Amino acid sequence: MVGIVIVSHSGKVAQGVKEIAMQMADEKLKMVAAGGLGDGSIGTDAAAVYNAVMEADSGEGVLVTADLGSAVLSAETALSMLGEKLKSRVAIADAPVVEGTIAAAVTASSGAPLADVKAAAEEARDARKLE
Amino acid sequence: MDAMETVTAAINKNRDFLTELDRSIGDADHGINMARGFNAVMEKLESSPPDSLQQGLKSVAMTLISTVGGASGPLYGTAFLRCSKIAQDKSTVDSELASLMLNEAVNGIKSLGKASAGDKTMVDALEPAAKAFDASYKSGCGLLSCLQSSCKAAREGVEYTKTIAAKKGRASYLGDRSIGHQDPGATSSAIILEAITEYCKKTG
Repeated sequence: MVGIVIVSHSGKVAQGVKEIAMQMADEKLKMVAAGGLGDGSIGTDAAAVYNAVMEADSGEGVLVTADLGSAVLSAETALSMLGEKLKSRVAIADAPVVEGTIAAAVTASSGAPLADVKAAAEEARDARKLE
Repeated sequence: MDAMETVTAAINKNRDFLTELDRSIGDADHGINMARGFNAVMEKLESSPPDSLQQGLKSVAMTLISTVGGASGPLYGTAFLRCSKIAQDKSTVDSELASLMLNEAVNGIKSLGKASAGDKTMVDALEPAAKAFDASYKSGCGLLSCLQSSCKAAREGVEYTKTIAAKKGRASYLGDRSIGHQDPGATSSAIILEAITEYCKKTG
């Protein structure tokens, strides 16, 4: 199963998104929250993202979702530090962090490959909420 | 200059930051983020002294990416990481190595941040600085002289950022309203270069 890493400037947001997504995901799905800085303050930490990716991978790859700005930079920096093999099976989704993570979690739970999980997350970009 | 250069240069940066950044930049959280990052760098270098220039630079990089918090963390982190790779087994930085490092740092920042000159970012200070360094180096100037030229170019870059609108980063949300304000990233880059130059001057 593809793992998921949630990157946010806020530890609470990352953890909260994980909790919501877990409600709809397979219990075996590996989802790791990587939000905020070590001391709990707002910000992003590429080393934490790196560790999260290692933790979330069980051989089928990892999808990373991120909120904005430096969350993406931190995710990209983390990716650049990975070994070639792992790097080739990690992707960052260009998607809103809450909705994208949920879509990714549902798709990953069905055993879908990384490309499909990423696509599902990115569909969330255009999803309308109000009729 | 040896591996301790890394430590002492960082001390200089730190001192400059805590005093100048919070005062001159005062823009959102850049000053706070950088101070936090460089304080952490000092703590890390003091508690785990690096045994080589390469390791020292890597230590600086990894600490910055974890503690700065904002975009400058990954950006400066990548810059120092690239410098660390170039350092290899060298223990002193001469003009040739400095030139390589400066250019690689700029490349690293540009490829991660995807900014070019004119976007009103740290690139607008660092790219001219690297070019000025190389120009001085080619005309036979010593390390200190090259560094001084690069500082001058960096400051000119900072001034230039006042005249343009931001196209990257948080300030880009302001569009034309960002004109007239100097870019914090460019400013902190200039400050870092100046600190390094100051250190070079002091240690001869």
